[in-house]
Amino acid sequence: MAKITYITKAGESLVYEATSGSLMELAVKNKVPGIDGDCGGVCSCATCHVHVAPAYYEKLGAPSEIEADMLEFDDNVNEYSRLCCQIPVTDAVDGITVAVAN
Amino acid sequence: MGVSDFPDAFKDTRATKGVCPFNDQNDSVAMLLRFKDVRKSAHDYKSFISGAQPGRIVVPSEVNIRDTRQIPFEVDPPEHTEYRALVEDWFKRPLDAAYEAGLEAIIAAELDRVLVKGRIEAIAELSLPIQSRALTLLLNIPMKEAETWISWGTHVFRSEDSDLDGDKAAILYDYIDAEIDKLIANPDDSLYGVLLQSEYQGRKMTKEEVKGVLILTFAGGRDTIINYLTNTLAYLAEHPEAITELRDNPELLNTAIEELVRYFSPLTHMGRVVAQEKEVSGHVAKEDTRVSLCWASANRDEAIFENPNAVVLDRKMNPHVAFGFGTHKCLGATHARQLMKVFLRVFTQKVAKLTVVKAVENIEDWGEHQRKVGFDSLEIELNPIK
Repeated sequence: MAKITYITKAGESLVYEATSGSLMELAVKNKVPGIDGDCGGVCSCATCHVHVAPAYYEKLGAPSEIEADMLEFDDNVNEYSRLCCQIPVTDAVDGITVAVAN
Repeated sequence: MGVSDFPDAFKDTRATKGVCPFNDQNDSVAMLLRFKDVRKSAHDYKSFISGAQPGRIVVPSEVNIRDTRQIPFEVDPPEHTEYRALVEDWFKRPLDAAYEAGLEAIIAAELDRVLVKGRIEAIAELSLPIQSRALTLLLNIPMKEAETWISWGTHVFRSEDSDLDGDKAAILYDYIDAEIDKLIANPDDSLYGVLLQSEYQGRKMTKEEVKGVLILTFAGGRDTIINYLTNTLAYLAEHPEAITELRDNPELLNTAIEELVRYFSPLTHMGRVVAQEKEVSGHVAKEDTRVSLCWASANRDEAIFENPNAVVLDRKMNPHVAFGFGTHKCLGATHARQLMKVFLRVFTQKVAKLTVVKAVENIEDWGEHQRKVGFDSLEIELNPIK
């Protein structure tokens, strides 16, 4: 069981728990504002862009080239940007905080 | 070649040149074929604009048959941003459970009807009726209105002999004018009614603006959805194992629809007018000329997609641009995706076997390149699950 905290654009902290799926799927299931996941997680839409808390960013490993290319053209990109459809829910992300980018 | 094979028409030119010139009614278009060029140019809405003369970014150009600006499609930021925000929530309604149930009811009824007949022409008897009836949900109007649209046939803008038929286009424009007038007299909670009540820049939307949104909604979601559905039928006919897989593994539906829409790319490309001279893959795009973003070619770019000419239903990384990219990405994509998903789910629950009896391909002519985009007719035979 991993605990995930989403911080919305309005500054609200939303905390959910899951054992499988991706951070995008968990957010969509709970209707986190700003995480749409239009393409269902195939890295085609960039509607699940988040800023990962620095302490966790390194732990996740680098984004793939396809993900990095998607982020290149999105708004509000920073050094901690990720598409959260590419972050699987595992014990490794237990306690992670991500801020909705758009 | 199988009936469900859709060859990569642009392969050689994409590799060697990256850009393909096309003469469209003496307003030439440089088609950009490489994935990275397409995405970068789609993102650069300041150099490659949509807010040109109405109809000019469409290829073939519609400047001679349309004066109304399609909104938000033919407007760029900052104006685009406010228009898009006005309609965004409405076009997300397909995610609601009630909307999904409505789509399911439409598709189930249409499939039940044709399963009784057994042998049908898929475009006229299945794809067009589903597309039209589903559109009543998007517009939030009574289902019977779809009968009018079905009676128009498959091509609102195109006649048998011409890509651009002003008389045919006028049928749609006159129809929308008349509907808007009806709604002004009797407001309701349809898309027409909601738009007429909406405010843009602190004033009510004009009739012409409302018409612009409606033309976009009708035109953008007609041939594209019809081609997607018909092509999917051809695919399922030649891949019976996919019917079983999708029936047994509903979790496959999401990647499957993204993959099919990548492979079919129902909209081949979309134009832009060059506002600032730019070089793209060696082509100098001069001011006031046109380029087009060739989604169909980008979606087969071997630099991005492994095994690009195969349909891989569980393709995990699929950054396709079948719904466009950037500011102007398809407004109707949520509706389309929901329709695609529900169609595959209901179809695989009801149909045991599907056979193509006769197919007439629809081949688009882009100068040096001929691209199969769908079918002019597809006769099929359907067998229900007993």
